[in-house]
Amino acid sequence: MLTIEDLHVNIGDKEVLKGINLEIQEGETFILFGPNGSGKTSLLMALMGFSGYEVTKGKIFFKGEDITEAPMYERARLGVGMSFQRPPTIHGLRTRHLVERCARKGQVNPELLAQTVNMQDFLDRDINAGFSGGEIKRSELLQLMAQQPDLVLFDEPESGVDMENMQLVGKVARDVLDGNFNVAPDLTLRERKEQTKTAGLIITHTGYILDYVNADRAQVLYKGHLCCEGRPRDILDHIREHGYQECVRCMN
Amino acid sequence: MSKVDLSNFKFDGIKQEAITDLNDLSVEDKDQLLMAGVTSDLSSRSATFLQMDQSSVHCKSMDDNVEIMDIKDALEKYDGLKEYRWTLIDKDKDEYTRAANDNLHGGYFIRVKAGAKVVDPIQSCLMLKSENVGQNVHNIVVIEEGAEAHIITGCSVAHGTKAGAHFGITELFVKKNASLTTTMVHNWGDEVAVRPRSAGVVEEGGKLLSNYVLLKSVKDLQMYPTITMKGENSIARFNSVVVAPEGSYLDMGNRVIMDAPNTRCEIIARTIAAGGTIINRGHIAANHVPSKGHLECQGLILGDGRIWAIPELDGTAEGVELSHEASVGKIAQNEIEYLMARGMDEDEATSTIVRGFLNTDIMGLPERLQREIDKQIEELQASDAM
Repeated sequence: MLTIEDLHVNIGDKEVLKGINLEIQEGETFILFGPNGSGKTSLLMALMGFSGYEVTKGKIFFKGEDITEAPMYERARLGVGMSFQRPPTIHGLRTRHLVERCARKGQVNPELLAQTVNMQDFLDRDINAGFSGGEIKRSELLQLMAQQPDLVLFDEPESGVDMENMQLVGKVARDVLDGNFNVAPDLTLRERKEQTKTAGLIITHTGYILDYVNADRAQVLYKGHLCCEGRPRDILDHIREHGYQECVRCMN
Repeated sequence: MSKVDLSNFKFDGIKQEAITDLNDLSVEDKDQLLMAGVTSDLSSRSATFLQMDQSSVHCKSMDDNVEIMDIKDALEKYDGLKEYRWTLIDKDKDEYTRAANDNLHGGYFIRVKAGAKVVDPIQSCLMLKSENVGQNVHNIVVIEEGAEAHIITGCSVAHGTKAGAHFGITELFVKKNASLTTTMVHNWGDEVAVRPRSAGVVEEGGKLLSNYVLLKSVKDLQMYPTITMKGENSIARFNSVVVAPEGSYLDMGNRVIMDAPNTRCEIIARTIAAGGTIINRGHIAANHVPSKGHLECQGLILGDGRIWAIPELDGTAEGVELSHEASVGKIAQNEIEYLMARGMDEDEATSTIVRGFLNTDIMGLPERLQREIDKQIEELQASDAM
């Protein structure tokens, strides 16, 4: 589904990703660990196509198409979705309206989707205006549910979320990946699951999200290099015990 | 601000016949009125006043609690309205006030009787029908003690009219515990010069909400209504949504003087220059505590244009709480990218953001008027102007 070949990315003059190779299969959930400043967010931003993240070398393929130079909206329309860490407030743009606009695969029922993330009261508010950390996550998930991407880029689902919200965010994140939500009530659960083979690329610091999603594989990103591939739980346990020092040794 | 050359306009002898039924207006004129928020369907309005050129052509109240009449008749009936007329504005302030004093063409007098809660809006429209007409009007609005009303005041040119001059004096009186919402929609033409001179006073416990919408081009407009909050516990709120396409020159804003303790006010202006010039003034003065005022001028320049925001705060007592927030810029890149990440291309993202910027939901307008404004915004976006 997603293939990244020798990807080098600059922010200004500084190289932040130094030759990333990564493959994520259809329906697979991939976890990315790494300390602050290692380039995790930059990888997501470059995959989505944000300005300011300049690909200096390498390729990104999605569903077999070279999207290295594709504008953001084309990537979105091809099926790449992203949950933002700190999304901007847009004055006068109602959450409801944005949810409707996200739904390019066919009409969705904003009320129904909002119930899933307990956001009914937010539909008529300006998007992200005064939203708390947990509300932002829920609102991002709400938009993703409407968008139904085939690959979800999720930057730190647990950041700024309290324990109570974490339950909900974790559960819905899993539902998004599993196609387990009520967007098309006329389909049976089995049909929905068959239709949905959503892959995920999730950045996590704390690993809390692993309590909720079925993660298949994980790697550590360290100073712009990918290393230490393994089972997510194993890597998390290792980092908890040894920190990222082991990665440094591993790379040298 | 350039002066309006009065000799370019005809200030005498342009009379219009009375119109008994607004449905008799031409389809085009009805549309023009609608664009200024005024409907010919009177069932949803508690009173209506229509001035065309230099004549008041229609004036009718459907509610016993609303007195509405041609200002000239009111001056006669109420012995010159001495209590109100020229009490808030100096008649010698400038040539436009002098013109309205010396050669008065009309305008409305609206009085909402004490204690009356008038649900349906009162509507008035000042229309320039003839080419190159000059119009001097004086409006007086009195909301008596404990009364509530919503006045929609549209100003419009007739279909096809391009040039004209409108000088309008408005004096507003919101009495003790009264509440007034005014919604002004301007629908002028490319060659129309507009000089409203407005002032108001809000007494104890009174509430004034003022909405202003200008989405059509106008040659030049200058207005700076001053509201004095004279009584304790009074509230004033101003919301403006303004677009200046190429050729428009707007010098506008609000001034509020909080002249009593426990007063609150808020001025929020959202302006877009799409080729035109906007001078966006805002002034809040506070002389007593506690008092709280907030001023917001948000400006977007799309393509060409100029926005000059002049926010002013003037506190003269320890403990006043005044704040302002002003910005002039273009649409933020992170907002565009946020929407592009949801699949909108750059144009769609831009127009979605502009549409949100111009959102008038906060004004709580009647549905018909809201639809009309939404339509105008759509037309504006569909045109090359933005």
